[in-house]
Amino acid sequence: VRHVDEYRDPAAARRYGDAIAQITTRDWILMEICGGQTHSIVRHGIDRMLPWGVSLLHGPGCPVCVTPASVVDAAIAMASRPNVIFCSFGDMMRVPGEAGTLFTARASGADVRMVYSPLDALAIARENPDREIVFFAIGFETTAPTTAMAVLQADREDLRNFSMLVSHVLVPPAMEALLSGPHNAVQGFLAAGHVCTVMGYVDYEPLVRRHKVPIVVTGFEPLDLLQGIYMCIRQLEEGRAEVENQYSRSVRRNGNERARAALAQVFTIEDQAWRGMGEIASSGLTLAPAYARFDARKRFPDIVVPTPNPSECISGDILRGLRKPGDCPAFGTRCTPEHPLGATMVSSEGTCAAYYRYRRLEAGEMALRRRA
Amino acid sequence: MSKHFAPACPPLGLTGDRIELAHGGGGLKTRQLIEGIFRPALAKRSDDFTHDGARLEIDGARMAFTTDSYVVRPLFFPGGDIGTLAIYGTVNDLAMCGAEPVALSLALVLEEGLAIADLQRIASSIRDAADAAGVAVVTGDTKVVERGKGDGVYINTSGLGRIIAKSPIVPQRVQPGDVIILSGDVGRHGVAVMAMREGFHFETEIRSDCAPLWAPVRALIGRGYDLHCLRDLTRGGLATGLIEIALAAGIEIMLDEHGVCVCEPVRGACEILGIDPLYVANEGRFIAALPEAEAAAALECLRGFDPAAAIIGRVDRATEVGAVVVDTLGGKRALDLMSGEQLPRIC
Repeated sequence: VRHVDEYRDPAAARRYGDAIAQITTRDWILMEICGGQTHSIVRHGIDRMLPWGVSLLHGPGCPVCVTPASVVDAAIAMASRPNVIFCSFGDMMRVPGEAGTLFTARASGADVRMVYSPLDALAIARENPDREIVFFAIGFETTAPTTAMAVLQADREDLRNFSMLVSHVLVPPAMEALLSGPHNAVQGFLAAGHVCTVMGYVDYEPLVRRHKVPIVVTGFEPLDLLQGIYMCIRQLEEGRAEVENQYSRSVRRNGNERARAALAQVFTIEDQAWRGMGEIASSGLTLAPAYARFDARKRFPDIVVPTPNPSECISGDILRGLRKPGDCPAFGTRCTPEHPLGATMVSSEGTCAAYYRYRRLEAGEMALRRRA
Repeated sequence: MSKHFAPACPPLGLTGDRIELAHGGGGLKTRQLIEGIFRPALAKRSDDFTHDGARLEIDGARMAFTTDSYVVRPLFFPGGDIGTLAIYGTVNDLAMCGAEPVALSLALVLEEGLAIADLQRIASSIRDAADAAGVAVVTGDTKVVERGKGDGVYINTSGLGRIIAKSPIVPQRVQPGDVIILSGDVGRHGVAVMAMREGFHFETEIRSDCAPLWAPVRALIGRGYDLHCLRDLTRGGLATGLIEIALAAGIEIMLDEHGVCVCEPVRGACEILGIDPLYVANEGRFIAALPEAEAAAALECLRGFDPAAAIIGRVDRATEVGAVVVDTLGGKRALDLMSGEQLPRIC
């Protein structure tokens, strides 16, 4: 991978920081949608380069974080069946449900395998015709196309021992939910570059019109983020609300048409629960009737998941940008990546994990202040 | 075993009631296992478990003693195999104590069904590696377990070495004013093994860096540099090695992230997988902490072994907790011990 260093050049970054300071005349609250962006912002300290009064809220764009605990518990229940090989992305294996994690299920004897793509799970299904292979299909519009391709492939091969626990979610409905929420403070969005690479940004145009909020499709490297922030603040300062594309080296207005066609063929849109955010209308993907035989929930209709217990975890507020990790009394003490109370502390893209990993000195100070 | 050790008591800091893979990852969970179970059970002196090897004095002779078990999948990978690792790993642990390797033991646990040809290949790697490291394998043992009870081959080697360094080489001697030298580029072993295991193919084949480290360490000792600490950068990589030294010595290390050499294919692979090369395992790299006055000459010496050797950090100050910090665009941040293995990202 070349062309990474030039997007991390400190001198150029400082020039962008100065340019942002020059055009900023008042306080603004922006939200970056994607967990990958949050990670990069906190790792490189982008938020600390911004003028006083410009704040970044961290959005719900971490696929691991928004997968409901009940779905994790369903995954654990399926994985614990003796004949099942359960395939999951690595990130998802540390996320706690009520019944533990996929890692602890594996330590207790479940056959849980880490895969990098649903196509790996298909290969496992071909090699193990006597076993039931379940793939944990999570993620946003970025991972959904490969899930769709795997379903189409399984359909072509008539693989009968392969199914999926689908918990794919869509970004624009979540942005709509945030903007229509009673506590919304977000004045401008940095939309997730990778999601838009697949989906384009046509869907954001009605959002911009309806809510008068600028949306800038933004990449993930420090200079991408600074440029996205600059474009967003410039719109706000000039009183504009448009969709702009900072990540033009990757994103086209209509996205990847083949990927979108595969999604439209394999999935239908339905209401979906998000961890910490509740039910969001038309925000999830489920297998279309023609492919329902690959639905693991239909193949294992009798699984029971434990009722969730109340938790002191504030990840719902974190995911909606209402609070930051430092506001949580459990952060860094009762809740660590080692022993997470909520998913935002688990995933490498989770806001709490990013703060824990990159802002530990401050976390220590916060803990000391709380004790004092 | 001490009578104070009550296995029924849940050990401090350990969570969960089963061993997970992460307990062997070399990070936070491994520390918890050591602090929660092994130290209470076994330690007689306070520093018994802080080092890769033990320092012993037997009839006036100063010896280092160490042991390590090798489990790697796949058994063969670009640049080496489990046999190479089993020799170099243990020899390198001795080298990090400032000890010349003298003798190794070799114990193999074989899985029923292992191809004899594979075992032959591993045995010849063991011989070649022992020759390269200048050490004799003097005793051994073999066990065979049922099919499905092992990953082909597990190897344990123990090593005995003669300490030739005059002063102890221990983290506690690292102090403000010291400089940290890294012996070469990082990340190759971990990425090579992961790529092989998961069937990733990159444009350029990435080969493990596994190599014996006694020769460069002997050169440093021979020239009389006052080595305060040496650490080979295996599990958990450079970041974990630095953090462990910082914690043990109670110091703050300022790491120059850009000074760390990561070769282009490894950087690319890490970007794609979303993993941090600073935390990726190496099998032929080490860091040395020594006074700044000797740093330039010591670097010159190490560059004779690997041109990528570089000064990558300095010890800024003593602190109560110990930390490794790096500069970012918006100020400093501290590196953290990883909990568990690094997992590739989803999207």
